[in-house]
Amino acid sequence: MSLVVDFRDAVVVFNGFPALAGATFQVTRGEVVLLQGPNGAGKTTLLRACAGLLPVVRGSANVLGIDLCVDRQSVRARVGLLGHANGLFADLTIRENILFWAQVIGASTDEVTATMHRMGIDGRIADEKVSLLSAGQKRRCALACLVVRRAELWLLDEPHAGLDAKGRDEIDAIIREASSFGATVLIASHELERTKGLATRSVSVVAGQVQ
Amino acid sequence: MSGLGARPISISRVARVIATKDLRIELRSRVVTNQVFPFAGLVMVMFAFALDNDAVLSRVAGGLVWLATLFSLIILVQRSFAVDSADGALEAQRVAGLDPAGIFIGKAIAVMAQLVVLEMLLLLAAVVLYRVELHISGVVLLVTCVICATAGLAFVGTLYGGLTAGARGRETLLPLLMLPVVAPVLIGATRATESAFTSGGAAVSDGWPWVGVLAVFAVVFAIGGILSFGSLIEE
Repeated sequence: MSLVVDFRDAVVVFNGFPALAGATFQVTRGEVVLLQGPNGAGKTTLLRACAGLLPVVRGSANVLGIDLCVDRQSVRARVGLLGHANGLFADLTIRENILFWAQVIGASTDEVTATMHRMGIDGRIADEKVSLLSAGQKRRCALACLVVRRAELWLLDEPHAGLDAKGRDEIDAIIREASSFGATVLIASHELERTKGLATRSVSVVAGQVQ
Repeated sequence: MSGLGARPISISRVARVIATKDLRIELRSRVVTNQVFPFAGLVMVMFAFALDNDAVLSRVAGGLVWLATLFSLIILVQRSFAVDSADGALEAQRVAGLDPAGIFIGKAIAVMAQLVVLEMLLLLAAVVLYRVELHISGVVLLVTCVICATAGLAFVGTLYGGLTAGARGRETLLPLLMLPVVAPVLIGATRATESAFTSGGAAVSDGWPWVGVLAVFAVVFAIGGILSFGSLIEE
């Protein structure tokens, strides 16, 4: 099994503080890994480091075969990070938001239509402005953008936050489907019961270390 | 969801998609047509009330057009980055590895397109309200001046918009940082426009050196923006 994430004694400094203090952590292709731990333990930092957003100052860090100590840019086009914000354009419709990412990578409109259908945001809702959508619909739209971008590694930070039970079930179904098509998924969550059922493995992040 | 994998993304494609997206958002929200254009028009009318002298207004018309443009530029740039920052879309573009140079060029093009429409309206207002005269010989100079000055303003605005996008107090920080930098554009565009209007005894030929200054300014900030925008929006 090929390693998608391979951190060894990785140190990441954020705001002058070692938010990851010698983390060693491996993830193989197709895994869905739950990151659990208290607030401030380093879960979000780990996700952002995997996305190439934060520099690894010591140790080694490889994501999708790219050495993040050497090149943090190349990996970004291949990962999808969904944090607390959805990263959507509120004045555009669902279709236009997804089309934006499709046009960026050169995907066809057929792919956009198929993605919207798969995510259950086709039909009349596809032409609704994002600002008028519910939290769950916005989340689905954001995940659809990751799908159309063909992200290989999904980094999800509290993906269930702010959603009702139906919305959470829908997000779970999307994550399962992404995994079945070969995407690797890291989920930072406090919703342990729900996410454990989704994850193939869970790890604890405590005081900047992965256990 | 089959066929995972990244595809190469060119700067020109990113720029085109970003510019299209920004213009679509502005067309959809109508903030520019319902707020920025009326604001700029109001500035022109207020100047007319304040100065209340046809000879003076005719003499300073060029400067007033570009002052109104500068004030409007601040709103346009703040809006351009606000729509991207509201739900983390600018960060999403950065996280997705979109070339920052493409983002910079795309946003600048969108600002340019809006500014050109605004300037056309302001120049028309100057002719109507301030009774300036525009001869055929001045039209070429004026058009060239508008193109160069608009490019310079859009590149500087986008550069400083990116710089202040994540900053606290960005609404006041942007004009504080940007206005001193665009002073050469204000001076050059005003002189060139005055020459095009032949106001104050200026000749049309007097304006061309100023257009040269505007062109150099635009090129310098285009290159500066392309090279530095990535660092500005990086954490």
